[in-house]
Amino acid sequence: MRYLPLTEKDREEMRKSIGIKETKELFSDIPQDKAFYSLEGLPSALSEPELIKTFRELSLKNTYEDYTSFLGGGVYQHYCPEVVNYISGRGEFLTPYTPYQPEVSQGSLQAMFEYQTMMAMLTGMDVCNSSLYDGGTGAAEGVMLALRKARKKNRFLIAKNLHPEHIEVLETYVRNLEYKLDYVEFDKETGKLDLEDLKNKIDDNTGGILFQSPNFLGVIEEGDKISETAHDAGIYSVQVVSEAMSLVYLTPPAENGVDIVVGEAQSFGIPLGFGGPLLGFMGAKKEFMRQMPGRLVGETIDSEGNRGYVLTLSTREQHIKRERATSNICTNQAWCALRAAMYLATMGKQGLTETAKTNHLNTAYFVKQVANSSKVKVKYQKDYYNEVVVEVLGGDVDSLLKQLEAKKILAGIPLKWFYKDYENCILINLTEIHQKSDIDQLVAELGGAQ
Amino acid sequence: MKKRLPELMFNKSREGKLGASLPQRQVPETPSPIEESKIRKDIENFPQLSEVEVVRHYTNLAHLNHSVDSGFYPLGSCTMKYNPKINEKIANMERLNAHPYSPHTTVQGNLEIMKTLENWLSDITGLPAFTLTPAAGAHGELTGMMVIRQHLTAQGNPRKVVLIPDSAHGTNPATAIFCGYTTQEVPSNEEGIIEVETLKEYLNEDVAALMMTNPNTLGIFEKNILEVSKALHDNGSLLYMDGANMNAFMGIVKPGDLGVDVLHLNLHKTFSTPHGGGGPGCGPIGVVRELEKYLPVPRIEESDNGYKVQYLNDSGVGRIKNFYGNFGVMVRALVYLMELGKENIARVAEDAVLNANYIRAKLEPDLDLPFKSKTFHEVVFSDKGLPVKTLDIAKRLLDYGLHPSTVYFPLIVHGAMMIEPTETESKETLDEYINAMKKILAEARENPDFVHNAPYDTPVRRLDEVYAAKNLILKWVPEAE
Repeated sequence: MRYLPLTEKDREEMRKSIGIKETKELFSDIPQDKAFYSLEGLPSALSEPELIKTFRELSLKNTYEDYTSFLGGGVYQHYCPEVVNYISGRGEFLTPYTPYQPEVSQGSLQAMFEYQTMMAMLTGMDVCNSSLYDGGTGAAEGVMLALRKARKKNRFLIAKNLHPEHIEVLETYVRNLEYKLDYVEFDKETGKLDLEDLKNKIDDNTGGILFQSPNFLGVIEEGDKISETAHDAGIYSVQVVSEAMSLVYLTPPAENGVDIVVGEAQSFGIPLGFGGPLLGFMGAKKEFMRQMPGRLVGETIDSEGNRGYVLTLSTREQHIKRERATSNICTNQAWCALRAAMYLATMGKQGLTETAKTNHLNTAYFVKQVANSSKVKVKYQKDYYNEVVVEVLGGDVDSLLKQLEAKKILAGIPLKWFYKDYENCILINLTEIHQKSDIDQLVAELGGAQ
Repeated sequence: MKKRLPELMFNKSREGKLGASLPQRQVPETPSPIEESKIRKDIENFPQLSEVEVVRHYTNLAHLNHSVDSGFYPLGSCTMKYNPKINEKIANMERLNAHPYSPHTTVQGNLEIMKTLENWLSDITGLPAFTLTPAAGAHGELTGMMVIRQHLTAQGNPRKVVLIPDSAHGTNPATAIFCGYTTQEVPSNEEGIIEVETLKEYLNEDVAALMMTNPNTLGIFEKNILEVSKALHDNGSLLYMDGANMNAFMGIVKPGDLGVDVLHLNLHKTFSTPHGGGGPGCGPIGVVRELEKYLPVPRIEESDNGYKVQYLNDSGVGRIKNFYGNFGVMVRALVYLMELGKENIARVAEDAVLNANYIRAKLEPDLDLPFKSKTFHEVVFSDKGLPVKTLDIAKRLLDYGLHPSTVYFPLIVHGAMMIEPTETESKETLDEYINAMKKILAEARENPDFVHNAPYDTPVRRLDEVYAAKNLILKWVPEAE
């Protein structure tokens, strides 16, 4: 077995050093009537060529690649420079663990420090941590962070147009804690959070509002007004960003007065990967720094005064604080954060700016072209970034999606999975990977332009 | 020449440089419907580098890292075994990289991979139902404890207290708190394990569960586990097992046969997936049949028409993560298990335990071993009676090109050195480590200050953590002009 380097001779010598005859003796503390069971029911070992064949066959059972896809809804298709795969695949980045010995981990640590810096630039926040699991758990961590800071308060308001899976995760997380979630309605006409409803629902026990922008319906929220309303009432404004590419194109959360931003940064060089691993991120104003979950890398000096990096503020973490820790998160998504840093560095200011703009212009082109269709209608035509809700007029969504599937198009996500009021709607995402011909074909199939 | 840290990329950035080859925009420039005030003007100071500069920057950073690929990495409790390269190739297969909302008919291969892995894990652990969704060990703990709470609530009373041995993993208490429980620490006996009589003193109607790490953080198997699980069950409480250390007995005994009700595994430990500098991981949980209905969504089901996904389960704990979890990690783990096959699964545990015992036998004459029970996958020494501290030895090891063990954990051992070699290390590597330890101890007896000031040959010398915590420089900022 290639991963077991001990030879029979080694084992024999080692047993002698230990003072045993058989390796089995080392396991004598295990209840012996239960130990050494038969593994006969399991398959036999496969060689490397057999493994490749097996998984190639499994992969061929997937047919999605034969389709042009417009699926978004939380993870997005973007171009990732090949060089990112090359450098992130290096063993020095892939095979260490958390940098507990910083003197031999400066590569990961400096790269993390640079990642924190770039995420701070993109969000405009004072401080960004080095990763959370994903956008959904990130949203939950954001709520818990705000409530820790708000002290005695235990109620949080959640925008109803937040990613539905994030809402599910939040509900799961808070169920057993002494926190209460209440929901703020959104205006079905504009797709935006209802500010009046927000005002009405804030009470003395409310710690903050969690909203997503662009929201799950693809609509850019009035982040500045939401934050203003929140601050006027003495509560925190927490924004979720599900499509990190939008950070490049839109006014950053900090400029809108947001206190904490959390979200999903998969768009920055992380493959779709069937939805994981992803990259949760968190940024916040300085005042939250000491309460933040997840790891933080800080700059320091060594005993000779040279620049170096360490994990810092680790007294927040569970291995030290145990039951008083700010979160139970330990293993995180560090390698995904490294990949994101490599992606951001490679794309650079110009690459990102151009790409973010192409996403929006492709979407704007789609909206314009499909406008003359009598089959479908784009629901929110004003404040979208790269994702729009398309209403199927008088028809049924399933048969339209099936028709498009027959033409090898995955047109979008049926919103009836998540909302009662949107049963005739699909969510369509356009990015820089779509060619003009892809968009034209989609438009034509939806009965527009020509 | 000693390797140095490269300049931060922000200082290398020059206006106008680009590292990517961008697709040409093909659509006509339509005016955006978004108000001007909502569009970002600039990302100030964002780096601009060419491709070759990016590659060199990260290659030079890579050279500053110790990793499993570059050398021995015996971090106790972390199972830093070799990460097979074939796993990477297969996990990166183009045709596995689907969007999670693709129609199920178009992703049958991916669903089959997940179901197959669930089945393998069930076979190895003796627990019939698995969810692969949790993103890491601690996330699995959280999910598992939620399942327990959901079950007890359904029975009429969630109860209040979770018992945690003092030799358990550090994440366990935090997990219990996040599930709405309070915790009580149960002391281990002089053998380093849970004493059934002591446990019974803690058992009452408020106790929801015991979270047992097994083998515990002393590397000792909880040999009373059958009596422990019986005592718990007699009290209407459940046994949660932290299976982070499953590498010690994979294929030797099934936790399901020992009275374990809920178990989490770490695919990034026992099942060989890379640690990535801190993640991603994957922390599946397995449960007894009675608890299956409380598992989180989504659930994958096999039917006559292929694999389907169940998104709704009113009795379950709900959703704990977006989509399906860390699919890429699951693929790697399945490749590993298929390569091991029935012939090698138990051999992994045997060699892992043999390696740890060899280190124990060779270093016991030199170091204090506070708990003398049988060693499984890791051995924990203390720095008692040494002229230098554990941290000094750890830092000096770096000069020998070796990564030290986990240090100062578990907390119940003074100056703990928790050494987990794993099965993927050769006898030559173990001997190199043993000899280095002996040399360092000799150096320490002769000249403690010399060891105390280590390391000497690393890219940076000992780093000032207090300075970092005091100044809190958490990002680069441009120098004031």
